[in-house]
Amino acid sequence: MAVKFGKQSYKLSGRIYINETACIVGPREKEGPLGEYFDQVEREDYGEDTWEKGEAHYIEATFNKLMGKISLDTKQIDCVFSGDLLNQCMASAIGLKNSNVPFLGLYGACSTMAESMLCASLCMDSNAMTDTIAITSSNFCSAEKQYRFPLELGGQRTPTSQWTVTASGAVYLSCNKSGAVEELKPYIESVTIGKIENYKINDVNNMGAVMAPACASTILSHLRDLSRTPDYYDLILTGDLGYTGSKILLEIMSMHGNDISTRHNDCGKMIFDSASQDTKSGGSGCGCAAAVFTSYIYKLLKNLNLRRVLFVATGALISPVMVKQGEDLLAISHGISIEI
Amino acid sequence: MSDNLDKLTVKQYQKISDSNSGKSNIVKNCIMAFIFGGLICTIAQGYSDLLASKPVVRVIGILDEKSIGALTVLFMVFLGSLLTALNVYDCIGTVAGAGSIVPITGFANSVVSPAMEYRSEGLILGVGAQMFQVAGPVLVYGTASSVLVGLIYYLVKI
Amino acid sequence: MDYFVQYLCAFVVGGLICVIAQVLIDKTKMTSARILVLFVVCGVFLTAVGLYDYLVEFADYGARIPLTGFGYSLCKGVFNSIDEYGFRGIFTGGLPDVATGVVMAVVFGLIASIVSKPKSKK
Repeated sequence: MAVKFGKQSYKLSGRIYINETACIVGPREKEGPLGEYFDQVEREDYGEDTWEKGEAHYIEATFNKLMGKISLDTKQIDCVFSGDLLNQCMASAIGLKNSNVPFLGLYGACSTMAESMLCASLCMDSNAMTDTIAITSSNFCSAEKQYRFPLELGGQRTPTSQWTVTASGAVYLSCNKSGAVEELKPYIESVTIGKIENYKINDVNNMGAVMAPACASTILSHLRDLSRTPDYYDLILTGDLGYTGSKILLEIMSMHGNDISTRHNDCGKMIFDSASQDTKSGGSGCGCAAAVFTSYIYKLLKNLNLRRVLFVATGALISPVMVKQGEDLLAISHGISIEI
Repeated sequence: MSDNLDKLTVKQYQKISDSNSGKSNIVKNCIMAFIFGGLICTIAQGYSDLLASKPVVRVIGILDEKSIGALTVLFMVFLGSLLTALNVYDCIGTVAGAGSIVPITGFANSVVSPAMEYRSEGLILGVGAQMFQVAGPVLVYGTASSVLVGLIYYLVKI
Repeated sequence: MDYFVQYLCAFVVGGLICVIAQVLIDKTKMTSARILVLFVVCGVFLTAVGLYDYLVEFADYGARIPLTGFGYSLCKGVFNSIDEYGFRGIFTGGLPDVATGVVMAVVFGLIASIVSKPKSKK
């Protein structure tokens, strides 16, 4: 059973294995530096006539891909924890309508991958569930329509703006290790639930700056709750702060006496080559952290190139209505410690 | 704000955020806006002169100044709409910035682009209702301010 | 030579009006929608006090094509219509002069929405 440490962290029993992952990305992501690690590449609309249906198709296809890899019947999955960026988690609902698996929809903006894995692992550690799937998606085109402007409207992006990643990533979590007995599998060691942070950055084109304090807050709380120092981890992988947010994060962390610069990397920085792909500050969206974690990082873990990873996905809790009504831009971040 | 970040005040953070956030290259953006904005206006000028030129007049007859103005606007709106429909105007916008937003071609782009985007939500509630999502405010406040100055002009006149 | 000067004036004035908008976008974080509204309203008021006429005379389409020119047409239309019809001109004068642009944008918008689809950015 999970044991609470400090105010925000829970240490798990060490048997929540990440047995398998799957991910499907769009063409731009495939062209990026991590292109070779993704399972499959599809057009951004996935052959559908609307962006929303396209994103739902991403979720459905990723779910099916994962089910194919683990060769389990859907009846054996206790629950799927899913989220995306669209209104009322539309893509998740449409994408999983035929899955015949109990469904919990989550919204944590770009932090949803960590949120879904966190919720799933806590449900499993209480012995209520044994097999779950955590899945998220985002889509550049549907996100532009939802949060910004029509695609064909001319305009410029500022240097701090981020590019929504078109991707869907899924993990299969189980209390039973799959594969050969001697094979090592990454497992979720502890989790930290983040608090909402509000540092009154009112620029919607600078999400990195909006989210960086929430990310620092969660990392600091995690380290303090479990009495650890940053060098406990081989890698502190933040969600999608991009170049701007990453720089700010390092500055806040060193202000609070923790230098993480040698072991920090950011999914938003990793997924695109900003210089040649003109993605400004980097990638964002729930698909960003999901795609990077389920492909490249999972592979490094399985090959024992990394043994301890703190995965901290960050999200900006905003809606277009909030922005128009002049509310502060809020941010959240959840942490998961993964070991092998 | 939570107690995790006890050493960071909102005021301090605004400074940290500001110093780390890259700024747009205003000089380059302005040069591009100047070139593209100027070019679009020059194209309109050229078209209006074309309408008044001898070979054209021989075919369609002499047009009065107002008709030439209206036909030139029509042509520019057509140009902006065509480039939008061909998925090119947004690419121009990335380079030209305000140079492609402020001219009337940008107005056409701001009407046509939501129309295309919301086609997926139907012809009535999608295209019909969302077409003026971006350009609507321009019409509303343009018309309202013209009524205001009209009222003042009328009162001053009598 | 006349043509050359006329084209140069149109280019420079049109370009400069766009530069003002660009500075506002980069410096003030105003959204482009707000800037467009500002430009139209400025066009209306500058015409009302008689200043914009000079600019149109000087640069012709360099002053007509930017959105301030939209405001110019609105205001001109209202004033001419008041001169002709009196009180009712306040309400009937503005839109007819900008109708070409708006109507054509609506028509092309409808056509484009049917024949073309938005594409993801390259």
